[in-house]
Order: sequence, then C-alpha cells, then structure tokens
Amino acid sequence: MTTDPRPLRPGRPKPWNDPRVRSVVFQILAIAGVAWIGYSLFQNTVNNMESRGITTGFGFLNETAGFGIIMSLIPYDETMSYGRTFLVGLANTLLVSGLGILLATIVGFIVGIARLSSNWLVAKVALGYIEIFRNIPLLLQIFFWYFAVLGALPGPRQAVNVGDIAFMSNRGIVLPKPIFEPGAWVMGAGLLVALAITVVLAVWARRRQAATGRIFPVLPISLVLIPGLPLLGYLLMGGPVSWDIPALGGFNFRGGITAIPELGALLLALTLYTASFIAEIVRSGIVSVSSGQTEAALALGLPARRVLRLVVIPQALRVIIPPLTSQYLNLTKNSSLAVAIGYPDLVNVFMGTTLNQTGQAVEIVAITMAVYLTISLAISLLMNLYNRAVALKER
Amino acid sequence: MKKTIITMGLAATGLLALGGQAQASTLEDVRDAGQLRCGVSNGLPGFSQPDSDGNWAGLDVDTCRAVAAAVLGDADAVEFIPLTAAERFTALQSGEIDVLSRNTTWTTTRDASLGLNFTGTNYYDGQGFLVKEALGVDSAYDLDGAAVCTQAGTTTELNLADFFRANDMDYEAVVFDTSEGSAQGFDNNRCDILTSDTSQLAALRTQLSDPDSAVILPEVISKEPLGPVVRQGDDEWFNVVKWVLFGQINAEEYGVDSSNVEEMTDSNNPNVQRILGADGNMGEILGLDDDFMVEVISEVGNYGEMFNRNVGPDTPVGLSRGVNALWTDGGILYAPPFR
Amino acid sequence: MATHQASPDLPPPPTQRGLLRWLRENLFSTWYNSLLTVAIGYWLITTFVPLINWAFIQAVFTGSGADACNPDGACWVFVEQRLGFFIYGFYPAEMRWRPNVVFALFALSVVPQFLPLPAQVRKWLAIFGITGLPVAAYVLISGGYFGLESVPTSRWGGLMLTLILAYVGILAALPIGILLALGRRSEMPVIRGICVVFIEFWRAVPLITILFMASVMLPLFLPDGVTFDKLLRALVGITLFQSAYMAEVVRGGLQAIPRGQYEAAEALGLGYWRRMRLIILPQALKIVIPGIANTVISLFKDTTLVLIIGLFDLLGAVKSTLSDPAWNNVMAEGYLFVAFCFWVFCFGMSRYSHRLEKQLETGHGN
Repeated sequence: MTTDPRPLRPGRPKPWNDPRVRSVVFQILAIAGVAWIGYSLFQNTVNNMESRGITTGFGFLNETAGFGIIMSLIPYDETMSYGRTFLVGLANTLLVSGLGILLATIVGFIVGIARLSSNWLVAKVALGYIEIFRNIPLLLQIFFWYFAVLGALPGPRQAVNVGDIAFMSNRGIVLPKPIFEPGAWVMGAGLLVALAITVVLAVWARRRQAATGRIFPVLPISLVLIPGLPLLGYLLMGGPVSWDIPALGGFNFRGGITAIPELGALLLALTLYTASFIAEIVRSGIVSVSSGQTEAALALGLPARRVLRLVVIPQALRVIIPPLTSQYLNLTKNSSLAVAIGYPDLVNVFMGTTLNQTGQAVEIVAITMAVYLTISLAISLLMNLYNRAVALKER
Repeated sequence: MKKTIITMGLAATGLLALGGQAQASTLEDVRDAGQLRCGVSNGLPGFSQPDSDGNWAGLDVDTCRAVAAAVLGDADAVEFIPLTAAERFTALQSGEIDVLSRNTTWTTTRDASLGLNFTGTNYYDGQGFLVKEALGVDSAYDLDGAAVCTQAGTTTELNLADFFRANDMDYEAVVFDTSEGSAQGFDNNRCDILTSDTSQLAALRTQLSDPDSAVILPEVISKEPLGPVVRQGDDEWFNVVKWVLFGQINAEEYGVDSSNVEEMTDSNNPNVQRILGADGNMGEILGLDDDFMVEVISEVGNYGEMFNRNVGPDTPVGLSRGVNALWTDGGILYAPPFR
Repeated sequence: MATHQASPDLPPPPTQRGLLRWLRENLFSTWYNSLLTVAIGYWLITTFVPLINWAFIQAVFTGSGADACNPDGACWVFVEQRLGFFIYGFYPAEMRWRPNVVFALFALSVVPQFLPLPAQVRKWLAIFGITGLPVAAYVLISGGYFGLESVPTSRWGGLMLTLILAYVGILAALPIGILLALGRRSEMPVIRGICVVFIEFWRAVPLITILFMASVMLPLFLPDGVTFDKLLRALVGITLFQSAYMAEVVRGGLQAIPRGQYEAAEALGLGYWRRMRLIILPQALKIVIPGIANTVISLFKDTTLVLIIGLFDLLGAVKSTLSDPAWNNVMAEGYLFVAFCFWVFCFGMSRYSHRLEKQLETGHGN
C-alpha cells in the first residue's frame, strides 16, 4: 500500500493571504484612517478658530436677535433670541415642506393617472407637462414663478377683492383670521369627538365587512360628522368665534392672515417640479400591476372605480412608496432654495441672517445640517413604516 | 477597497504633513501667491461690479487694488471673490480671502467677537429709505405698515427693526440674499420701500427700470462707517491695509495725485516726502517697499480720485463728497500723519 | 336557378374608420372625455397661441440694442447680444477659440453615439470622451501649458462652466458611487458602517449648505495655508453629494443580481475585485441605467446652485445681466433662454438613456 499517511488538510494560508486576517486588518486601518481624519479636521478647526479669535460655543442662542422676520408661525419679535429665530426658521421650513409634499403628491397622482388616460389629448398634455418641468432646474423655476407671479399681481390698493373679506395682491393673499373666544373649546372638543367616532366606525366597518361581506358607508357619515359636530358646538355656545377681517390701511392690509407671495412662489415651484417626478413614479407603478389583476377584478363584477381603488392602487403602492420617499426627501431639501427669493426658511433665517450677525458659522451650519438630517431620517422612518404596512404579505 | 483606503490614507497624511508647517503671515502668503484675494460685493454699481468682460470696478474694488499695488507693485494682481453679505465674514474668518472690502459697517460685535479687525473707513455712510414717488411719502416717519426690501445679514436689517420699534411702527421685512435681489423686489413692487446705506440706494436706484420714479427720503437713521476688514491676530497685515488707505487720504490732503506723483517725489514738503518714501523708512517698518505709496497713487490714485472715478458727481451713481470730504474741506475724513 | 351573388361589403360607417374613428376613440369616447377634450383644447389654444405669437411672430431676433425690440414680442436681441457672455462668462474674448475647440471635441465624442456608426468607432470615441477629453479640456481652458496663456478659474463662466461642472461631476461621481455601493454591501461591518453613514449624511443635507461650507468655510477645517481653487471645491461638493445618490442607485442593481451569480463567480475562484468587475457590476449597472441617467440629469440641473456661492454658471451669467439698465424688462427672455438650454441637454440625456437601455437589453432577467 502506497497511501500517503498525511491527511488531506489544506495548508494554513499565510496571514496576508487569509481573508479573515485581511478583513480584520482592513477594518482596523479604516477605523484608524477615519478617526485620524476626523481628529485632524477637528483639531485644525479648533486651532484656526482660536488663532483668529472667533467666539465659540452655543451661548449666542440666548442673545437678542434684533431683526424682523416677515413670516412666523410662532410668536416672534425683534426682542427675542437667536434661539427663537432658529425655531421660526424651522417652523417655516416644515410648513413649506409639509404643504409641498401634500400638494405634489396630489398633483403627481392626478398627472400620473392622466398619463394613462384613454383620452389622447389628456395623456399628451400630461406627458408634455412631465417632460418640460422635470428637465428644467428647480432654482430657475423658483425665480421664474416668483417674478412671474409678482409681476402678474396688482398692488395692494388694486387688490383682487373676494367678497370684501379676502384679498389677493403682490403682498400676498390675505384671509380673515378666526379669533377664538371663551367657549370655543366646545368646537375643538366636537372636532375631536367626530374624529374619534370616525376612527372607531372605520375599524368596526372593516371587521363587519370581513365577517359578513356587507359594506358600511363610513365616508358619507364621517363627512357629515366632522364639520357637523364643531358646527353644533358653535351654535350651542352662541357663536364663540369672531373674525378679524383684513382692511386696507396705509400701505397694506391690516389684520387677517397673510400668505406671503414668497411662500406661494416657492410652493408652486416645488409642487410642479416634484409632481412631475411623482407622476412618472405613479405611472410606472400602475403599469407594473399586471393586466390580469384588472381583468380578474372586472370578472368578479367590481365596478371600474373600485377596481382602481381596491386592486390596482394597493398593489401599485408597493412599487411607488420607495421612490416616492426619496422625492419627499428631495422636496424637503430643495425647500432650502427659499434663500434665493427671500422666503424665511431655516437656511435663510438661521444660516443667513443669524450666522452673519453672530459670525459663528461652525455651530450654526452644524445645527442646520443636523436639523435636515433629523427631518430626513424622520421622513424615511415614517415612509418605511407605511411601506411595511402596504408591502406584500407573503403567506 | 484597499486602494481607496490607501489613497485616503495618503491624502490624510498629505493634509497633516502640511499642517505641520509654521503659520505664515498673510503678507507673506500674498507675496508667495503673487495675488491678493479680495472679497467684494457681488454686484453694486459704483462700489464693486464686473463689466461685461469681467473687469471689476468700484470704490471697494479700488481699495483692494491699492493694497495690491502697495504689496505686489501691481494693482491688477487681485483675485476678486464676489460674496453675499451672509457669506462675507465666514469667508474672511476661514482664510478664504485676505481682505474684505464690501460695504461693511464697523460695529462693536463685529470688531470684538467675530475675529475681525476693521482697518479704517473708506466711506462714511448712513442708512436711508428709497420709495416710489407715486406713494406720495415724504418722511420716514410716515412708513407705518410698509413692506421693506432689504439684504440678509446686514446692519441694515437690525437698524430697520430698531427704527420702526423706536417709533412704534409696524413693518414687513422682505429679506433677499443679494442687494441686487432686494432692488429687483422693490422694482417689482414687492415692497413699498427699499432700505440700505444711502450710497447703495443711489447705486441701486440706477438699476431700476425707471430710476426717476423713486426718491430717497431725507431721514438717515444710522451711522454706517464702511471700510476694509482683515482677520484678527495678524497685526503686520492689519497695519499694511490700514496705512494704504491712510496714505491715499493723506495724499489727497497734500495734493498728490496720479498725474503729478512723479514730480511730487522731488517735493520739498517733508510730509509729501515721507508719504512717497523719499524720506524716512515708512515702507520698511510696515514690511513694504519705501516707495509703496508711489505705486498706489500712480496706479489707483489718491482717495479723491478713487471717489470721483467710481461714485462721484460725474458717475451714474452721482454722490457728492458730503461728510466724506477731507477735514480741511469741512468733511470728517481725517487720516493720521505719516511720521 | 337564380344565382345569388353576395354584394360587396359596404364600407364601415364614417365614424368607424380613418380620422373620425381615431377622434372618436381617442378624444370623444364618453361624454366626460369629450368634455375634457374640449376644455383642455380651449385652454391650450388660449395659452399657446398668444405665447407663440409673443415668442416667434412678434419677436425681434437680431438687432443692435434694446431699441430694436418690439414691446408686444420677445426681445431675443438681448440673448443674441449677450450670447458671448452667456456661453463663456468672463473668459477673455481673444482666447475663446480654446473652449470652442473643447466644445468641438466634446461634440465629436458625444454626437456619434447617436449615429449609426460601427460599434468599435463609437466605443473608442466614448473612451476618448472620458479619458482624453477632460485632460485636453483642462489644458486648453485653463492654459499654462504649451505656451497657452493661463486663465484663472474666476474668469470661467456661462454655459462653459455649467458643462465643466456637470461633466467632471458625472465622471467622478459614478466611480465613487460604485465604490460606496460596494462598501455598503461589504461583509466587513466597519467598512459597511462607514459607507452607510457617509451615504446617509450626504443624502440628507441640502446641497446649498454643502456648497456654502465648501466655498467659504473649508479653509477653517484645513491646516493654515492649505487652499484649493474655489471651483474645485464646488466641484468636490457637487460630486460627493451626487455620488451618494449614485451609490444608492448602484446598490439597487447589486441587490437585484441573483445570489447564484455571486456564488458562481466565487466558485470560479475569482478574487473580490475580479468577481465584481467581470461578473457582478456589468449586470448590475445594466439594470440601473435609468437610475444612473436620472442621477446624471439631476446633477446637471443642480449645477445651477453654484450661483448662490457666486460662480457665474449659465443661470448666474444670465441673471447677473438682467439688471443691466440698458435692457428693459428682458427677464422672461433671459429665463426662457436658460430653461431652453437646460431642457435640451436634460431631455437629450434622458432619450439617450432610453436608447442605451434598449440596446443593452439582452433578454436575461425579467
């Protein structure tokens, strides 16, 4: 017998050829490299700031700001602190992003569905809209709308008058402002109760439909309840709301709520731009649902609008949600272009005026970036939760 | 991945190795680069504006050119870096520019906590209001409730708030990122008034579609000494920028201008001799050549020439000297002596 | 016996054929479709007829100044007179032949990609486009070599600057994005972590804050005396920003490759880089061509943001001349001109990506 007595054991590779060893070494090198770069950047910054006598720290947030901001959702005046200007800017950013997301979603879905319309003209107009708006830089669109809108609107003295209570001019749209007097809480309570009833009703109706197959008309009932209960409260308490109606005084309208044209132009540009992307996402989502699904649903005898609502859209959403999320993130970030037309968002107020008055660029830019990071992560998180809810449940 | 890490490592080593070198002075940096990096406004007629060939011109631009002439012997050795008001201090603090010459108002906060030093005043200004004539307003005290266009990150924004609050009036501040933007907003009737330093108002007025339709109100609500700014902690450079401007003002006072500077080197006035370096070692103690002012005057001119060329009565901006006249002519322009 | 002969078929009624049928099926199929057609048709006519009238019929295209313009029509004279500035920015007039040569080389390497030329020719022209062209462009536009006078980047501007920013940004963002995507799918937790943090950071922060940092704050983070050119810094900012997006697109492609491909490649005994280069990436990149094209287009549009940091790109150049007192009210013309330029490039790129997608479709996958 001439068998080799040695077992067939692979030889131990040299350390530099062993993938595990190499992987550990790479990772240690990577950590060291990143730490080193981070440390040296930090050290450089500290040294540079010290040698140039730049004030550091976050004490400035408590100092008096001393400048006015045209639009604020929270009470603000010049005597308040820089910290407050941060909140004002943040609220304005959230407002324009929130409204933008809502409007862009609505317009995007409508255009996306119109793109698949059997009406040739509708489909082509939708296509034309998409191809024009998504191929032109957003900043240019913002400039265009701002100056086009401003140029088209009359001055406050020649304002477009809607029934002597609402006015539209190049200073913005002025609406009556509700002033809640004692007793108005009943209306708020009514609204809450109506919302609660609707939710309970919806859950109950779904269970009943699952059990018996009978459909309960939740939508019409809630449409009556939600305005109805607050109105009932209003009547019961003898009308606890008065209206602050705007009136022309001096240069501009006094009183009421004003939506400034900067907000309008920014919102218009963000909506039209983002909606052109959303429309394409919606279209490809709907196309991705196989036609067999529609045919099967029609064969079951479902009416056409139910087919869309119960069969096509829920399946299309799975394809739509992930890219839709990135469009929402883009819209939020793009709202920072407000700085170009003077809408007082976070970048304009905080990274603009506040940074310049205090000179503390490092702190302020860090805070600003952290805020956008947080907003982005929050949107991603919410959309991921929603995505999980609509995702295909494999059984 | 390996290559990335190695490249990143090399890059980082490079950065740190460079970090080891001693902190050079701005004066040496400028000489080494052969060029002065100067932060200017991104478009304000009379102060700093590029023409269609990209040549910058204006009072603030000439202030930079004078420094370049003094340090490098060439007034054209300047790289102009256009900055918005909101960017300017950060750019100077970070070392992105060597000198900031951009209608910047000298205030305590800026001097003390921003890490900056103001080297003097090249224009004494004050904040005013520009209104459309059609509104029929003739006093700033009638502006209650007006919408005001202004530029972000300026003292203007603060003075505006102070003025309206002190007089118990309401206003709406529409804040743009550039002065050009604020003028455009005013032109498009977004605002009733445009506020800025009066010199800037005169300049911006020339950009309106109908300059004659707007008037500057008589009230001046603040003091705005505008001047070049340098970083704190480099006294040598601070002195250079400071004394170039003082030199130009002194030159005007003693009648030295670009047309006669060559003959004036032979002047028997000891003041003129010291300014032009024919006597004493003023240049040497500043770290410059002794005849640095000859270079400045012959290339850029004295203060009066600089003023008249860019914003004076014969230019579209059309400002009179006013308080910016020499102290000998009833103004407040007063430069310490060369001695 | 009488013979019955079938008479020839009658033609279908007029509403069932030709134009009328098409109209009936596509525009007036139901009452609400008819209503929609009429409403939209009315809107189109009332909007576009005056617009075309303003932009073409009443417009003045050539002239020597603002006086030549017609108040009822577009004043394209403004664009014509300032075209040099819009294309080259402050680039010295007598040296503009240099960017022109670059434009010609660029056209030479791009246009044939759309023509029915042999694949070999197109391939070599494309390779020149991503290797030789950037070098040639740098040498020619920047100067300082071969006796060419040096032109500082502060004088670069207009469409030329826009194209430079976009082209270099795209060339740099794709490889960085691929590396980041591979890193994010790496089996080494540290590398993966670094890549995830990097990608998520750049994707979450607005580009203008990055450009602001790059343009005015960067020297603060670096050792004293270390500076880079402002244009270069803007370019690095845009590139890193878009490479994070590119990484996510490429990652999508990597995830779509069946596991069997990875395992088969490993079974062949290929090392990591060869596995990726020869087996995985060619398939993954093909899948994500539409995504890459979208990223490229958004990078191209994002270059306009450099106007906020004071670089005169196409939009910046046009915007800065709008306030020129010599021209009255040419805002619409200026903005439309910029919009048209960007539209042509972006639309062209999206068409090209469609074509490429079809060309590379080999029938694998679904």
